[in-house]
Amino acid sequence: MVERIPILKMGNFLLLSIQVDMHDQLALDLQEDLTAQIVKHRSRGVLIDISALEIVDSFIGRMLSHIAQVSRILDAKVIVVGMQPAVAITLVELGLSLEGIATALNVEKGMRRLEKMVDDDMILEPESGEARDISVEAGD
Amino acid sequence: MPASALAELLKTYESELLEEWIGAQRAAGLRSDLIDLDTVVSNSRELLKLLAVAAEQGIDDLGARHWEPVRGMLERLSRAQSRQGFSPSETATFVFSLKEPLFAKIQQHCGAASLNEIWNATRLLDRLGLYSMEHFMAGRETVIREQQESMLELSTPVVELWKGVLAVPLIGSLDSNRTQVVMEALLQKIVETESEIAIIDITGVPTVDTMVAQHLLKTVTAAKLMGAKCIISGIRPQIAATIVHLGVELGDVITKSSLADAFVVALRELDVRLVSRPVLR
Repeated sequence: MVERIPILKMGNFLLLSIQVDMHDQLALDLQEDLTAQIVKHRSRGVLIDISALEIVDSFIGRMLSHIAQVSRILDAKVIVVGMQPAVAITLVELGLSLEGIATALNVEKGMRRLEKMVDDDMILEPESGEARDISVEAGD
Repeated sequence: MPASALAELLKTYESELLEEWIGAQRAAGLRSDLIDLDTVVSNSRELLKLLAVAAEQGIDDLGARHWEPVRGMLERLSRAQSRQGFSPSETATFVFSLKEPLFAKIQQHCGAASLNEIWNATRLLDRLGLYSMEHFMAGRETVIREQQESMLELSTPVVELWKGVLAVPLIGSLDSNRTQVVMEALLQKIVETESEIAIIDITGVPTVDTMVAQHLLKTVTAAKLMGAKCIISGIRPQIAATIVHLGVELGDVITKSSLADAFVVALRELDVRLVSRPVLR
């Protein structure tokens, strides 16, 4: 049986929840699926819920970093939510601090943070151009 | 057989030996505040009986099966005495005071072979004495370990300052063991209370070395992985100097001089503002 981790689309974002023990093939499939989905839906953000994940190894840690890097190139923000203490300790002991990945305590907070990150990005875009000048004038 | 000669003596003169042994123990000084005479007598009687039985089957190997009852009893006694507050020499005296009456008996009854017998007996009693000392110390160590554990639990409270703000006031020197406990307690509490900010206050920590700094950083990183922010507060001037001197990179960890300052940062982070109430006149 081919196991796959379901990826849900929610507006501009993709949601995925890892609820089974990750083995290497599953992780590789997930990377592939996710990148395909990001491109297909032009998603702006990805939320990965790992609150049910109890065992990690260096491979899974690296996979998370990898997903984050690929997503960044595809212009989607990644946020990892609900990491268990034991998992966090293991990753730190393994020397993987997941640089560049945003984290949140639970899905709710993660979603809010992701929205904010994407919004900030939108607001920042015209800042250096004409839009700013216009607003200054409007203010006057 | 030398062994059976000793066993023979122990069996034949049991009551006499017991009486003289008690006498010797009393002469050495009994801790009447910790133990009463009846208990001493019954302990001594039991040990003599067990000794006689065990000695019948050879006295060369204390680790053998037939010495098990004697070992068990000494173990129990020594552990109990270490808990009750007996001194090491008082515990050892219990076994060693048997020498005097036993040697006297050997001299009376063994004639020419007595020197040999005394040697056998003294070897046996010395080993028994050492055995009971070992367990006396083991008893002490158990007590020390228990105290350490309870101290560990007492000294690592995680408190909630505000909804979403946790604080860990660390007091006393940190070692890797303790930092591990703190780390786990903090992370667990973060999950339970869904707190976004944790303040680690090290005002009460006298010294920080590379190991401790490393552990603190690990805790901060782990908390960050879970989605919480850590603030370290109460770093003393000397400690700050040490950290810089050791070349420990604190990275982007927020540090504040006092818990109050850290709390203000935490509140700002949560978009909470404290306003003093206007005084009505």
